[in-house]
Amino acid sequence: MSVVWTDTVKEIAGCKIHVSRAGTGPTVLVLHHDIGTPDRLPFYDALAANFDVIVPHHPGWGKSERPQWLRHPRDIAAMTTWLLAELDASDVSVVGLGFGGWIAAEMASQSPSTFRSMVLVAPMGIKPPEGFIADQAIVSYIDYPKSGFHDQAAFEAVYGGISVDQLEQWDICREMSFRTAWKPYMYSQTLPHLLGGVRAPSLVIWGDDDRIVPISAGHVYTRSLRNATMTTVAACGHFAEMEKPAEIAKLVTNFVNAS
Amino acid sequence: MHMMYFTEQPMSAYDAKAGLAYGATALTFSNSHFDPVEGSRLYNEYLEDYLLAEEYGADGIMLNEHHNAPFCMQAKTNIFASILAATTKRVKIVILGNPLPLCDNPIRMAEELAMIDMISRGRLVPGFVRGGGQEQLASGVNPAYNRERFIEAHDLVQKIWSEPGPFRWEGTHYQHRTVNPWAVPMQKPYPRVWVPGVLSKETITWTAQQRYPYIALNTSIDHTREIWKQYSDTAADCGYTAGPENFGYLIRVHVQDTEEKALKNAREFMWMQGEFTGLAHPVWANPSGYFSPSGRRGFVQFATGRAVNPRGNPSFEEQIASTMIVAGTPDQVIEKLKYIVQNTRPGIMGIWANDGNVSREDRQRCIKLLCGEVMPAIKEYGKSLGLNDPWEANAPVHLRYSTDLKARAAAAE
Repeated sequence: MSVVWTDTVKEIAGCKIHVSRAGTGPTVLVLHHDIGTPDRLPFYDALAANFDVIVPHHPGWGKSERPQWLRHPRDIAAMTTWLLAELDASDVSVVGLGFGGWIAAEMASQSPSTFRSMVLVAPMGIKPPEGFIADQAIVSYIDYPKSGFHDQAAFEAVYGGISVDQLEQWDICREMSFRTAWKPYMYSQTLPHLLGGVRAPSLVIWGDDDRIVPISAGHVYTRSLRNATMTTVAACGHFAEMEKPAEIAKLVTNFVNAS
Repeated sequence: MHMMYFTEQPMSAYDAKAGLAYGATALTFSNSHFDPVEGSRLYNEYLEDYLLAEEYGADGIMLNEHHNAPFCMQAKTNIFASILAATTKRVKIVILGNPLPLCDNPIRMAEELAMIDMISRGRLVPGFVRGGGQEQLASGVNPAYNRERFIEAHDLVQKIWSEPGPFRWEGTHYQHRTVNPWAVPMQKPYPRVWVPGVLSKETITWTAQQRYPYIALNTSIDHTREIWKQYSDTAADCGYTAGPENFGYLIRVHVQDTEEKALKNAREFMWMQGEFTGLAHPVWANPSGYFSPSGRRGFVQFATGRAVNPRGNPSFEEQIASTMIVAGTPDQVIEKLKYIVQNTRPGIMGIWANDGNVSREDRQRCIKLLCGEVMPAIKEYGKSLGLNDPWEANAPVHLRYSTDLKARAAAAE
């Protein structure tokens, strides 16, 4: 089954934001990682079999323009909420991947009734009570994404012979991560206190070999949200939707359909 | 010509084998290898060296700072500048420079420098730098805003030094509601600011727009000429003609009574495997957002081992041959420096004289020969070429104090 994706551009807060969209059914917004996203992924296709899937590039990442004033994932959250309004999307479920999970949580905390359901896959955004979020600033462009896969063959399957374009993209993604989440690095000190109001039923998913965000942060997310459950995925790293696309898509599909 | 003595203040008493075993001698190389007893000895020896440089005739002492690495023991350049302000009598105290982006409170920076200027009775040259990439990581400062912070901190310090307080500062990176430090510089309109650099074209342009002297840090003769051209073109756009008073050049030089001994000690310039700032991962030296986007594509290839270091990694012999390192007896060194001076025409010269593990006795002999014999000869030669330093040229401290701008002057501020 081939999925037909449509790419569009929306102007949000003066910046051109790139959006890919495919499928029909309930709307699912997918927010990508700090390392950006390939344009197409098996995980996205799998979701599009059941849902109307919206995958924007965060402002400054990938094909979206950089707002020079952007300072925090909360700003990205506000722009993404604006984007949903521009797209006339309603009754939206969200899937936040890593850094994108932080953005999803910020959106939900600002407007507790926004989402029909929320799936957070190893979200950043909360200080882990045990361990630290891995510091990409001191490792190479390749070693950082590699460390987010349990099985290096899975990394190779997604990124293969890494092109110079990809390296450049990772440098740009890293710069945007620094511009928005440098200190404290990749978390908010206030977010845990603001999650309690979120109405959406939430699923927190964690790879059991996540070397980028310690699973202890997942326990805090699950406790802080009023209606959340947590599940782990075996033999899986941080970039779970790229390492185990079918398994994560199934978890998301079942959860969104049940909500 | 203004001639300065410089050393990185190497923390030479560390276990070099441990650094090689770890694979890095910067940023994350553990400070468990720092021996404070040896550190105390070296700090005090380096202070002695500076006093000797003044005694033997240096015009200035050039200071700098770095963090988390054995190649430079100065973690805060204002500390050595403060000590020298009180213990020296004549030399200029030239800070090249304070890494402004590392500073969360530029008011405090302006205060400290004003105090040093007063204590030294007006001998301070408070240069500024962006700081290397590793300095940002060592200090937890966002590399992606490095240039913005550099410029804004400079503008705030400049305003503190040139306008009466109290005033309010509401910037992008700095917000201060009551700016009114009770310490202002003795030198008017404010102390001469110099800016050192190596690679960044943006910094060269900005420095020329301020009309601050630019000090090229041990660049090749050809590269140095390219820098001067870029500076001069910008100067022309701003309405002034750049001259030797706008240009400084730092070069590694070691002098001894015999060539053999000079060459032996000069090899210590390679003590960090030829890397000025120690063995390091490229992404430490150039974290994302720190450097110009125009260099991104080339850098990511170098950083992943797909391209060679754009700066190359020349051997000691190659650097001697290309005059990137000069070593020999006073006569030999004078001859080579004359060639370098003739081809780079600086009004300011920094001599980086002792690095790595050179004995106290040899360091001091080098300083005596360098400041007592080499510097006077080069200053005399510079005079014959009309190479005036900023004081001799009575150059304006900043573009805004220029009285010679041509009509097409572009507003630099």
